Amino acid sequence: MSMRDSMLSFAGARYLWVALVLVVASVVAYLWHDPIGVPNGGTWLGYTLGTIGALLIVWLMLLGIRKRRYGNRFGTMLGWASAHVYLGTALIAIAFLHSGFQVGLNIHTLALVLMLLVIASGMFGVFAYLRYPALMTRNRDNTTRDAMLDEIVELDQQALALADAVDPKIHAAILRSNERTQLGGSAWRLLRPREDTDSAIDQVRAFLEQKDAEKRKDGQTRDMPTMFAMVDFLSSRAADSKNEALRKLMDVLARKKTVTTRLARDLQLQALMEVWLYVHVPLSFALLGALTAHIVSVFFYW
Amino acid sequence: MGERVDIAVVGSGPGGLSAAARAAELGVSHVLLEAAPHLSNTIFRYQKGKHVMDEPGILPLRSPLPFKAGSRENILRDWNAGVATLKVDVRYGHEVTQVARDADGFRLQCANGATVVAKHVVLGIGMQGNLRKLGVTGEDLPTVQYQLDDPDAYVGETIVVVGAGDAAIENALALAKNNQVIVINRRDEFARAKEGNLRLILRAIEEGTIQCLYNAAPESVEELRVGRKRLRMHVATQNGKAQILCDRVIARLGATAPRAFVEACGVVFPSKDPNAVPAISEKYESNVPGLYIVGALAGYPLIKQAMNQGYEVVEYILGRAVEPADEPLLKAKFRNVAGITSVNALLARIQERVPLLSKITPLQLREFLIDSEIRTPRPGDRIFERNDYTNTFFSIVDGEVAVLVDDAGKQRIALKAGEFFGEMGLISGRRRSASVVAQSNCLLIETPRRSMNRLIQSVEAVKREVDKVFIARALQSRFTPESGIEKLKEMVESAEIRQYKAGDVLFKEGEAGDCLHLVRRGSLTISRDLGGKEVVLSYVPAGNYVGEMALLGESKRSATARAAIATETIRVDGEAFKRAVGRDPLLRLRLQAEYSTRTAANLAMQQIGAGSDIVSFLLTQGAGEATDILLIDESLCVRCDNCEKACAETHHGTSRLDREAGPTFANVHVPTSCRHCEHPHCMKDCPPDAIHRAPNGEVFIADNCIGCGNCERNCPYGVIHMAAKPPKKPGLLQWLMFGRGPGPGESPYDPLKPPSPAEKKAVKCDMCKDLGGGPACVRACPTGAALRIGPDEFIAYAQSRR
Ligand SMILES: Cc1cc2nc3c(=O)[nH]c(=O)nc-3n(C[C@H](O)[C@H](O)[C@H](O)COP(=O)(O)OP(=O)(O)OC[C@H]3O[C@@H](n4cnc5c(N)ncnc54)[C@H](O)[C@@H]3O)c2cc1C
Ligand code: HEM
Ligand code: SF4
Ligand code: SF4
Repeated sequence: MSMRDSMLSFAGARYLWVALVLVVASVVAYLWHDPIGVPNGGTWLGYTLGTIGALLIVWLMLLGIRKRRYGNRFGTMLGWASAHVYLGTALIAIAFLHSGFQVGLNIHTLALVLMLLVIASGMFGVFAYLRYPALMTRNRDNTTRDAMLDEIVELDQQALALADAVDPKIHAAILRSNERTQLGGSAWRLLRPREDTDSAIDQVRAFLEQKDAEKRKDGQTRDMPTMFAMVDFLSSRAADSKNEALRKLMDVLARKKTVTTRLARDLQLQALMEVWLYVHVPLSFALLGALTAHIVSVFFYW
Repeated sequence: MGERVDIAVVGSGPGGLSAAARAAELGVSHVLLEAAPHLSNTIFRYQKGKHVMDEPGILPLRSPLPFKAGSRENILRDWNAGVATLKVDVRYGHEVTQVARDADGFRLQCANGATVVAKHVVLGIGMQGNLRKLGVTGEDLPTVQYQLDDPDAYVGETIVVVGAGDAAIENALALAKNNQVIVINRRDEFARAKEGNLRLILRAIEEGTIQCLYNAAPESVEELRVGRKRLRMHVATQNGKAQILCDRVIARLGATAPRAFVEACGVVFPSKDPNAVPAISEKYESNVPGLYIVGALAGYPLIKQAMNQGYEVVEYILGRAVEPADEPLLKAKFRNVAGITSVNALLARIQERVPLLSKITPLQLREFLIDSEIRTPRPGDRIFERNDYTNTFFSIVDGEVAVLVDDAGKQRIALKAGEFFGEMGLISGRRRSASVVAQSNCLLIETPRRSMNRLIQSVEAVKREVDKVFIARALQSRFTPESGIEKLKEMVESAEIRQYKAGDVLFKEGEAGDCLHLVRRGSLTISRDLGGKEVVLSYVPAGNYVGEMALLGESKRSATARAAIATETIRVDGEAFKRAVGRDPLLRLRLQAEYSTRTAANLAMQQIGAGSDIVSFLLTQGAGEATDILLIDESLCVRCDNCEKACAETHHGTSRLDREAGPTFANVHVPTSCRHCEHPHCMKDCPPDAIHRAPNGEVFIADNCIGCGNCERNCPYGVIHMAAKPPKKPGLLQWLMFGRGPGPGESPYDPLKPPSPAEKKAVKCDMCKDLGGGPACVRACPTGAALRIGPDEFIAYAQSRR
């Protein structure tokens, strides 16, 4: 085995060649074969290709079982996955040649459409498997997910303790923001995480602006659009314990924003690498059903 | 004056206890002095409910006290009952601090002031050592503790924790949940703590949940009669004296190894090695006449062995001859050997024939044989194969073996009775360098690694002999495999063994070269300074040499050689080497050929630049001592954890690898998983010697593990866990179709019925050696991210990742 093989390059892309031979042979047979009338599944070639296709689909589905036979010594999972990807893609050609490019609004076309959807989702899967892992590593920056979660919990506690020293309103705002932050949970939340540190930062800003206005008595608020401006503002004022706490609070919130963004991205990438399987697998079961119906109907009602 | 007895037994572990019980049974005047306030402190301190095992199963028990596998509680209960019925004269809280010889015999001085005079002393104080005390007045108050069994037993107290190690930190953190905790640290940081503990304690101190006094030392503790707190502690701090009112003091200051005490009794240790135990006679008598040693301190680390010795030592003291309890085991070993009728005849024959073993005491030889196997292979039988990873050591008592250096079997070396072989694998921790085939009338002793290492460390003469032979054979097989050693005589005489710590430099680029090193244990990296950066060019495992380039022409070192891990080399004098090359044109040719391949490889490596960083990264992770390490390519890993599931599924439900943990560099991730080290740290201190290396290199734990947890602590990579065997899972189809039980890769445990902590044994990666076809983690990875390789392949791996 080479030192570095992916699903696509496994064993010098052995199964790419197997798939190509299969496709080329099918095309040649299709062109050479001269059926009576239009080509379709009913000719001998149609039967042959149909049988090959059906067997392939059954075998492709067996990947789900092979994957869970951890002690199995027959080939490696990498080899199986590589064969799965290439031979699965070859199905497109085989299925169309089998049907003689005839489609309609019937159970046969349903099977074809389902198959194409399964294949398309599989292709997205391969894309996801090749693209997202490296992004994930870069985003992680050598921490682990648990460490990030721990840090967030800790930052939340620190923020609350600091906010407590500043003002009850700020405390309430931080508490609300902590509660509203939702990372993970449903698949939807994984892909679109909700991260509410901004609202806490907004509240702190409002608080500062208000304090500033009170002090100036002219009712004018100073514009503090960024965190930097806020910190600047704080450092320009006399150092009392409240200001100190506020400044620390800003630090904590900024850090939390960084960590939650990173964690959210991490979960999102993980979800992207998994979510397609929730399409791929159920549709492949649907396909199996449609395929059975297709075969039964062909044999009984032609 | 103190009381007088015939036998004073020190320490009530299984060894000492059994001795005192036998003395009591026979009505001999005796006393059993125990430092702790209860029997058998080592066993008392096992985890609650621990299942104590009675390995070795075949060894019969010989003691007035019962012992069979069972829970810690039952065993201690039975012993307490036995001590009462036999009327053993046991004195708790009597820590012996001094044993001096005088005209009357021995005078034993205890820490509490008591003295005992005895004709004979039996030391059974084990290897665990005594907990270090505060060393100030008040150190023995009942609320000054040196141990903490259940942190949840205390609520709402003010507790002072003294110490800065992991035990102190863990206690402080656990107590801080329900109590006010003050930590007293003698230094200005927690230097000895593990990374995780350090983070937690610093955070707790910062948050104020724990207070810490740095650079502080307790001066005294006093009990208070009035007020709400029970104790007052006086502390010297940087800013002067302070007083702390508290309810309890918990001091975790580690233990003092018993060695200093034993040496003060006059007993001699054979070497500085921390695992060395004193040499004792067949009757367990030390070099001090009348002073006997039994149990773990005598090198017998299991309960049953210690108890048997306790019994026997009393018999010997009384001048009776008893057949040692392990006699039947020894007899069984030579059952099939013609011409040997008794154990003593066997021992005599071995000592007469094998010079190496003639230098040791009969007891050492017995011990050595108990652990060993006697083999009588037929002519032509293969003893071991070249490239096997086995590490046993063979002594030839009778007959002859042939060593086949090359696969074709053309080069043969004959070894005769009295010689030994297998020392290369033992010392280098690497694959066997030759196959060995039995010739006629062979009688061999095969000794496991641990027993052989122990012998080498305990007997200087054995070490010297093994090293001498090792040097000659290593040089000969590396430089003149086709001819004899004669040509290298001068080189061999100039050779000496050098030791290096990880990171030490053997020689530097640009220095003048005056010697050559043949690595015999560990490994080196060769690096060159390129634009101010040290670039690793190659990795040199044991069995290879470095430094010849400067001797053969260049005269200056063209690169730096550095120890990748703890390493031993054979240093050969440069002039002697040059003369040997000058005399032997064949050697010159061979060296030149190797020289040019090396230069080419170095050039290739120099060109890949970044790849060298990957090699350096792996080596800084300690991968240099691995024989086979799991790496994950994070640019391919989709974090499906199929690798972990496969591991758990094929290994009783517990994954032996933690994919996510561990560092990453340039997308190369080193997960927490066994590396099957050349010299496995986990093997170091395993009482039943249950950790072995299989021929393909897999380090695995056999079923006779007693669950003591030593290997878990000794593995620097955190890959060993204690786990109980879970119930069987339903089959895959049953799960798929009927939803029965936990599915593949799911946790096998019923959360409501956790497996009893009692029967835990150590589990670790065994590289799926029993499944065949390679490790399940790698086979189950759908993306090709998981890979297992050895250090020899690091360079090629780095190159493939460019
Ligand atoms: C966690 C763990 C689990 C283990 N599990 C098993 C198992 O399941 N089966 C098994 O066979 N073995 C097991 N072992 C090994 C076994 O505990 C030891 O081999 C055995 O206890 C050694 O007995 P010993 O009599 O030599 O000394 P120890 O049992 O160590 O006893 C020494 C005694 O001497 C006392 N002492 C020390 N110094 C002095 C002094 N100066 N004055 C007075 N008294 C002193 C100590 O307080 C102690 O009570 C385990 C070990 C550990 C650490
Ligand atoms: C009709 C055709 C196909 C069927 C019936 C099918 C079916 C399946 C099944 C049952 C699984 C197992 C999933 C699991 O248990 O986790 C699977 C996995 C997968 N399939 Fe397909 N598949 C088909 C075509 C394809 C194609 C064309 C591709 C890619 C181009 C593809 C890529 C994958 C990948 C990458 C996996 C995941 C492997 C893993 O993570 O373990 N599939 N497929
Ligand atoms: S368990 Fe630890 S010490 Fe033992 S071989 Fe594996 S990595 Fe090395
Ligand atoms: S099986 Fe492979 S892809 Fe999955 S987590 Fe393990 S290394 Fe990563």
